[in-house]
Amino acid sequence: MGITTKALLKSLWVFHLSTGSCNNCDIEVLDCLTPRFDIERFGMKLVGSIRHADVLLVTGSCNRKSAERLISLYKEAPQPCLVVAIGECSMSRGIFMPSYNCPRPLDSLVPVSAYIPGCPPKPEAIISGVVKLIQKVKGK
Amino acid sequence: MKKTIIPIGPYHPLQEEPEFFMLTVEGETVVDVDVQIGYNHRGIEKLSELKSFDQSTFVIERICGICSTSHPFAYTRAVEDIEGVEVPMRAKYIRTIIAEGERIHSHLLWLGLAGHFLGYNTVYMWVWKLREEILDVMEIISGNRNNYAMFKPGGVRRDINPEDIPLIMKKLDKIVPTLKMLFKAVRDDPVIHARTKGIGVLTKEASINFGALGPTSRASGVARDVRKDTVYGAYHEMDWDMIVTNNGDVFDKVVVRILEMFESVKIIKYCLLHLPDGEIDLKIKNIPPGEGIGTHEAPRGETFHYVRSDGSNSPVRHKVRAPTFMNLPTYKATIKGEKIADASIILAAIDPCYCCTERMSIRDTKGERLFNGKELIRLSQIKTQTLKQKLGVKETSLEKLVQGKP
Repeated sequence: MGITTKALLKSLWVFHLSTGSCNNCDIEVLDCLTPRFDIERFGMKLVGSIRHADVLLVTGSCNRKSAERLISLYKEAPQPCLVVAIGECSMSRGIFMPSYNCPRPLDSLVPVSAYIPGCPPKPEAIISGVVKLIQKVKGK
Repeated sequence: MKKTIIPIGPYHPLQEEPEFFMLTVEGETVVDVDVQIGYNHRGIEKLSELKSFDQSTFVIERICGICSTSHPFAYTRAVEDIEGVEVPMRAKYIRTIIAEGERIHSHLLWLGLAGHFLGYNTVYMWVWKLREEILDVMEIISGNRNNYAMFKPGGVRRDINPEDIPLIMKKLDKIVPTLKMLFKAVRDDPVIHARTKGIGVLTKEASINFGALGPTSRASGVARDVRKDTVYGAYHEMDWDMIVTNNGDVFDKVVVRILEMFESVKIIKYCLLHLPDGEIDLKIKNIPPGEGIGTHEAPRGETFHYVRSDGSNSPVRHKVRAPTFMNLPTYKATIKGEKIADASIILAAIDPCYCCTERMSIRDTKGERLFNGKELIRLSQIKTQTLKQKLGVKETSLEKLVQGKP
């Protein structure tokens, strides 16, 4: 493990992107920051710009208008950028699969490192998913 | 003075949802605002028409994660309106409990975010900590923190377990003192006064003209609440107050929302104590042909659903109107002449919910211009004419067909 990866895993900075979600996953992501779960204990922090972020948290079903922005944001992100798909919509589009405005799933647009299932996933599930992602990058 | 355009969004750290505001400013003062949406469009009305009446409830629930009770409530009322049936009393009480629980969690969520927008992260953390309690109550009742899946046409899917009621009551009692403390903090804090009093005023006339709904209109002195205006759920069974204030500024909107939470706690407690016995589901088999409308007072205002059935097992047409659709244009009245620094709290004051609102927008291929209804009708007429010319159909042939002549 190089020094960059080691530093990266010490404190993951997170950028949250909603690509046409129903808001539930977004609220649960924010919930992780609040006192009961307090994910900042582990050095994780929501940041305002993709250029500061190590992790791209994607929620929602990637509709036509958001998909372009998602790809351009992924290109702007400093590498290595880990992408985490939160919720059923960003995993497989779930209930929105037959929709005319959600043509492609997230993992056909950008490479995804971790999937967190649930509609919406509980904050505990989100934290556990990110922990698993860290272990995966460490090679355990 | 030279005009400058400041874009906010579509992905802005202040916003949870993707939406795009274009503020036109002169120096520090906002002179105009334009809103572009469409980043959340998922085609829910079409999806609902592909599914059966029972399955549609789950799609409708996912219109919005925060209003995941309001939309199914209005939808099930619309389906029941087609058939003209009354749901059992116990189901009505359970529906009311879920709806009011959602109102508390939605208002708390908004209050926390408003604190965050004003730079009061302490308020944000306190309120969201309190919100966990009400989410626990919902989890005890339905099994999930959001997206409760409790509603179905003709009743509710799950019953409330009588053994859970003491625990729920205890949790509700725990919420009230913290709410009182928060109310006092907001009422007495000079900084919150300075930031919110007289900011983003929506006058009574403007509120009526824009057709504002929910807390946005009640803060401007318009007493408009579906729970009082129509008889549904268990709201008419008990005494509760509609909160109306007169100033219409951001401060009043905060006050209305906080006081409404006390009323919601009161309603839930009454419902739990007086929960009637009996069936929870009518077990509707077939939906007859016809059309029905359903309304519900969501945390943000009136949610309206229209469902048309042709006797098959799925809706032929399903139309949804979310409260934000009516509240969004009030920006034109509230934000003009205010400072840029106040823009974010004014934009947040109506508690906008874009995932509720975004089901239809029409624009040309370059995305430069939005069409209004008249232009659309004109375009449609032009297209018909060109098609007619292409196919060589004479103008009169249609009338002949109708009259049955060759």
